[in-house]
Amino acid sequence: MRPLTYSRAGDVQHAIALATANPASAFLAGGTTEVDLIRAGISQSEHLVDINELPLREVEDQPDGGLRIGALARMSDVARTPSVVERYPAISRALLLGASEQLRNMASMGGNLRQRTRCAYLRDGVSPCNKREPGSGCAALDGFNRGHAILGTSEHCIATHPSDVAVALAAFDAVIRTVGPDGERAIPFDDFFLLPGDTPHLEHPIAPGELIVGIDVPGAPIARGSIYLKFRDRQSYEFALVSVAAAIEVDDSLVTGVRIAMGGVGTKPWRARRAEAALVGRPANETSFRHAAAAELAEAVVREHNAFKVELAQRAMVRGLVHSLNRSQS
Amino acid sequence: MNAVGTPVTRVDGPAKVTGAARYSAEISLPGMTYLAVVGATIASGRVTAIDAEAARAAEGVLAVLTPEDLPKIAAEPHLLPSLVGGPAPGESFFPMQDDIVQYAGQPVALVIAEEYEQAHHAASLVRISYQPTRSVTTIEQGRDQAYEADRLFGGLMPARSERGDVEAGLAGADVRVEVAYKMAANHHNPIEAPSTVATWDGGNLTLYESTQGIRATQQTVALLLGLPIARVRVITRFVGGGFGAKAMVWPNVTLTAMAARHIGRPVKLMLTRPQMFTSNGHREEQEQRITLGAARDGRLTAIRHEKLSITSPFDDWAEPATGVSSQLYGCQNYLGIHRLIKGNTMTPTFTRGPGESLGVFTLETAMDELAYQLAIDPVELRLRNHTPVDPFGNPWSSDGLMECLRLGAERFGWSERNPAPRATQDGEWLIGTGVASAAYPIAFFMPPQRARARIFADGSAIVQTSTQEFGTGVLTMATQVGADALGVALRDMEFQAGDSDLPNSTAAVGSAGAGMVSSAVHAAGTALREQLIALAVGDEKSPLHGAGPASVNVADGHLTSAERPGAVDTYRELLSRNHMSDAEALGTWRPPPLDTPHGLLTFGAQFAEVAVDPELGLVRVRRLNGAFAPGRVLNPLLAHSQLMGGMLWGMSQALLEGNHMDPRYGRWAETNLAEYLVPVNADAPDVHVDFVDVNDELVGPLGAKGVGEIGQVGVAAAIANAVFHATGRRVRSLPMAPELVMDPAAGGQ
Repeated sequence: MRPLTYSRAGDVQHAIALATANPASAFLAGGTTEVDLIRAGISQSEHLVDINELPLREVEDQPDGGLRIGALARMSDVARTPSVVERYPAISRALLLGASEQLRNMASMGGNLRQRTRCAYLRDGVSPCNKREPGSGCAALDGFNRGHAILGTSEHCIATHPSDVAVALAAFDAVIRTVGPDGERAIPFDDFFLLPGDTPHLEHPIAPGELIVGIDVPGAPIARGSIYLKFRDRQSYEFALVSVAAAIEVDDSLVTGVRIAMGGVGTKPWRARRAEAALVGRPANETSFRHAAAAELAEAVVREHNAFKVELAQRAMVRGLVHSLNRSQS
Repeated sequence: MNAVGTPVTRVDGPAKVTGAARYSAEISLPGMTYLAVVGATIASGRVTAIDAEAARAAEGVLAVLTPEDLPKIAAEPHLLPSLVGGPAPGESFFPMQDDIVQYAGQPVALVIAEEYEQAHHAASLVRISYQPTRSVTTIEQGRDQAYEADRLFGGLMPARSERGDVEAGLAGADVRVEVAYKMAANHHNPIEAPSTVATWDGGNLTLYESTQGIRATQQTVALLLGLPIARVRVITRFVGGGFGAKAMVWPNVTLTAMAARHIGRPVKLMLTRPQMFTSNGHREEQEQRITLGAARDGRLTAIRHEKLSITSPFDDWAEPATGVSSQLYGCQNYLGIHRLIKGNTMTPTFTRGPGESLGVFTLETAMDELAYQLAIDPVELRLRNHTPVDPFGNPWSSDGLMECLRLGAERFGWSERNPAPRATQDGEWLIGTGVASAAYPIAFFMPPQRARARIFADGSAIVQTSTQEFGTGVLTMATQVGADALGVALRDMEFQAGDSDLPNSTAAVGSAGAGMVSSAVHAAGTALREQLIALAVGDEKSPLHGAGPASVNVADGHLTSAERPGAVDTYRELLSRNHMSDAEALGTWRPPPLDTPHGLLTFGAQFAEVAVDPELGLVRVRRLNGAFAPGRVLNPLLAHSQLMGGMLWGMSQALLEGNHMDPRYGRWAETNLAEYLVPVNADAPDVHVDFVDVNDELVGPLGAKGVGEIGQVGVAAAIANAVFHATGRRVRSLPMAPELVMDPAAGGQ
């Protein structure tokens, strides 16, 4: 592991000051991503600012029925918080289906959003990778790309975003709150994850020294019936081949409201807005669901080993909508 | 009172759960330094320059070694399985002797530093320039260069097996079945990374090594360094799993010894997880094809079995895949062929259930198809083809296949099965069941096995041999065997192993551990008991004086004789009266000759129930039932664990494990445990293990045939057959990943 220096922040402003003082800084929360990336030689951090003493661990009720989740709240704590379980079961479920219990006990919510792709070509430290070495090329395009994305890709990068909980948060329009040298910001969830385009190394609109302090989830009655399904080769401790967060509202057999987001198929947590648009006002049945899923996947771009994901994603979305429909009716 | 056959819990359990057990990487020596290996990033070519300036300047770095700094090896390594008992290099190649790169990950430079992290950081600073040449790392790339091998394993085994006229047998068959599979490469991934500590004392080398064969390690390192074997000592207290990855001796061990000699201090090497994919062999990417011919009644008339696989540039290695298919069923006409492609990988190696597990997979899925084609129950079809003799007409040393099939079927509830495919549904899941026979060869290539037994004046005793504990429970099993053989209580017996200074026993490979070690320990304990009985009956002061030695029985250290009712002597009193502080004996057991007139297979039967989601391609194993006839069960608790673990390995082989070469770079695509999938607890189904008693007087004095491999064999076939039964579709690749299982017709699209 590369030589590192370390300091411990006492409050948010202190953390920002420490990180700003050294441009090669990274914040250290649970360490489950950053330390991993440093060990693999991917992260070039030279200085770690430990933010674990910052008072950002709470999950608080908001007046609109929503929640404010502290950036340092641990995944396992959030998953079991009663207000999360009741109001956003998909968020709780997505957390519990992510990583392993040991990792969830350490990993923070803010860190979860900043975790990096599992693309083996990024992590091997050798292969061409436009994220690791801009301009070097993308080994995944014609490589072993079974796990890679089919939505939101570019000719420079097809890396899948690995998070589960980010998929559920995307479905409910979460907002990411940050504090940086230039003050506070509230970043809409969709804007927080950049598409690779021709700058795959830029993953978030975050300035040096800018710290995620929390995640706001707006009140959404529809979310009370939400589900999160995750499909993968083995039954635990694996990133999704495809996952789906879904919630549906039905009135007189017609869809009046729907939220769908997908994991495992996008270069970012994938809000399925085309599918949502195709469903509202339509009969709540499998035929509509299949049309909606087809609409969302119409622009999928496949490579040699991930072509199956187009069909798998559609079937998963239909399955997710059927489950959420059953749940909303029970 | 016999300890053998009872469910004694692990004697090393407390040490393991408290952390007192010391694995090789946990050995601390004064002045320890740390070694990091720099692996080649190309698969073929030459190193043109090594820029080590930044690495040498990094904090804590003591040396950066390139081929120029390393001594030449004293002898070329010649691959030979460690079972044979001699030097056992994993490949006929030793790196860092020149600038040639034969495979990605091959060591090209070494960094020695004061601390582990310093060594690895400095290793990342070494800049290597290469002149790459075209590489071949997949079957697809090298298919047109395939050749039929003459012999495998450095000449130890023939690559072709033939009897009768297979073409005539196929031509005369009422029905024919042909199946072909692609099987991805497998990596063993024991949790303990291979670790070596090397320390020199003058001309004497001591190695603490995570190995399945300490004597093989001793002899290999001595050979390569040009040292007398007596100057090399290998100590291995505990090994955190091997599965074949530690069965052979890989270059990193000798490189560590070279580094320690260079720096004049002890050196510790711990491979990283990614390095474990390019440092200790793998199960090779392969394709297998079987053609069966059968009469209308299901009896086989011909079997043609072909394997095509990738080997290294320097060895004709293939896990033998036809040893079971050539013998398991009665069949006059047989042809088995191994074809190879030279590729830029390291030499593949033994992986649990070596070769035969995939050979049996191919045979047993073909048998399932034959059963469907003939509308014969799959269990019944296997029973009809049972043979009591091997292809040479020799009877099995012990059998049990039919009993395993019948018992397994009964326990599994096979008779209630509806044979029609795709007939059972449970919500979103299709349910299927499948069966496969299991068999694994018993190999007798090894030299005489020795152990030493010693008893002290207080009645406490030890038995020693140079095996090592790698998770199988050999320490526990050998304690039981030693106690019974000597005639002392379990609490008075300690078994010691893990040191090459102890008497020779073979590497723990090929399911040989239980058979070989138990035979050696039994021989030693028995030799000492006979020595002490002779002492007693010849001792005028003994209550047993003058009794016939054969009449003397010993239990819990007490000697009695049917000829002297009521008379009791004890080991303690006997030694004390004779002014002896201890007594000891060496025991030797010679394995049967290679041409013993017996068929040598261990048998079993596997049953699986699966649930398949045809829309999403998910396979969940709900139940596994295995029935096995492994001869004498020395410790049912340990045997059960070994078999259950093997069955889960088989499930993993069927559904999860596979690595892929990126042919552009010749590097493995999956090099960590997030990408290379093995089952987690959530994947583990109900696993049920049954034993079928068979008496085997050939395989050793205790009749133990071993349980290390047989549990793994046949499971993948039973699962694949169950997937067919559930869905009506055959998947022709391993692992059976969701994209292959997904039914194109499902989903209502």
